[in-house]
Amino acid sequence: MITDLFDWFGDPAHWSGPDGVPQRLLEHLGYTALSLVIALVIAVPLGLFVGHTGRGGVALVSAGNAIRALPTLGLVTFLFLLFTESVTSTIIGLVVLAVPPILAGTYAGLQATDHGVVDAAQGIGMTGWQRLWKVEVPISLPLVLGGIRNAVLQLVATAAVAAYVGLGGLGRFLLDGLAILDYAQVIAGALLTTLLAIVLDVLFALLNRALVPKGVRLATAAATGKKVAA
Amino acid sequence: MSFFDELGRYLSSGNNRAGILSDLGDHVYLALLPLVLGIVLAIAAGWLGHRWQPARSVLMVLANLLYTIPSLALFVVIPGLIGSKILDSINVVVALTIYTTALLVRPVLDALDAVPPSVIAAATAVGYKPVRKFFAVELPLSVPVLAAGVRVASVSNISLVSVGALIGTGGLGVLFTDGFQREYFSPIVVGIVLTLVLALVVDLILVGIRNLLTPWERAGNTGVAVA
Repeated sequence: MITDLFDWFGDPAHWSGPDGVPQRLLEHLGYTALSLVIALVIAVPLGLFVGHTGRGGVALVSAGNAIRALPTLGLVTFLFLLFTESVTSTIIGLVVLAVPPILAGTYAGLQATDHGVVDAAQGIGMTGWQRLWKVEVPISLPLVLGGIRNAVLQLVATAAVAAYVGLGGLGRFLLDGLAILDYAQVIAGALLTTLLAIVLDVLFALLNRALVPKGVRLATAAATGKKVAA
Repeated sequence: MSFFDELGRYLSSGNNRAGILSDLGDHVYLALLPLVLGIVLAIAAGWLGHRWQPARSVLMVLANLLYTIPSLALFVVIPGLIGSKILDSINVVVALTIYTTALLVRPVLDALDAVPPSVIAAATAVGYKPVRKFFAVELPLSVPVLAAGVRVASVSNISLVSVGALIGTGGLGVLFTDGFQREYFSPIVVGIVLTLVLALVVDLILVGIRNLLTPWERAGNTGVAVA
């Protein structure tokens, strides 16, 4: 079985052309990136608004939970019958699934911000916008990024499932392999999809380190009793 | 023909209704068995990690890594790992058990960490042995945090079972592949609605169980004082 897998990856035919690994990988990344950008444009402002003003929080959380329970395969097949075109329907489905985690992260981040800090910002004369961008957003950044990271994992996984309605990407190897019982191809697809998810996950961990202000990291570390190299 | 006429016709067939019910039954089994197995495994892993620091780091890394694996990929890799047939529903059970465990390890560890040392000292003082202390004191006090994780895992499992239809296992996902192949909205809509209702019902049951297991929470904040 392992040798079959090596043979599959060693075959140059699997590395070029429209169903080669590089092309499928780019497709998968493309769907993920496009849906992520659209979801960010929708979810981040909404989460910031609700978190900052505190209006509509309960409605937002329950709507988000309901969407989380949506079966991805059901959503994708439903949208495909509606739009009869795999890329459009999948991107819409991916956006629907990516919005709740980002929204939840943004909202939770702002909610978790210490009221005393926000009051202090107001006390020294910061306007609403200044409080939002200079205080609330930097402090809630770890939770916001955590939400985005969850959304990305969800997107990579669902884009693979969407191969069922004819979408390109790495899911093709999985499902086409299953259809002709070529287990080496199935495992190769599974391995590539998993690697993509892990690489993106690690990138987000690094992004978190790069973006979160040192003060916030130190404060979090102090609260959880861990030491951080200053 | 409007969608509702189509839906009415679909649901008026006794054959369809029997099929839907059996899919629903499969779905409940395929989503909840891994939930129970995952809770047990996560508690065992949490117990180990709570007592032994090296195990804790390994567990956290492993849980994070396993949770990253996309569902469809995990479903198809399981047969190669445990030697089951590729269309066997055991693959879905094992995969979802892995997800549930991975998701719950952190809440279990957090919850065990949050048990006030004074309570544990009191249990030790009245003569509780370690095993009894764990099951009678530490674990019950962890229930509120653990329950929050279990609710997330239950929703996630109920939603993910459907993906199993792509590798030929039962559950409500069959309605999606069926509707897709016949270009027929009714089974898909029925499947989505039943999945949502099932998630809601199981969530309510879990909240009920949590309340039963944590009577002190209802008695107000007089229970455990956090130092």
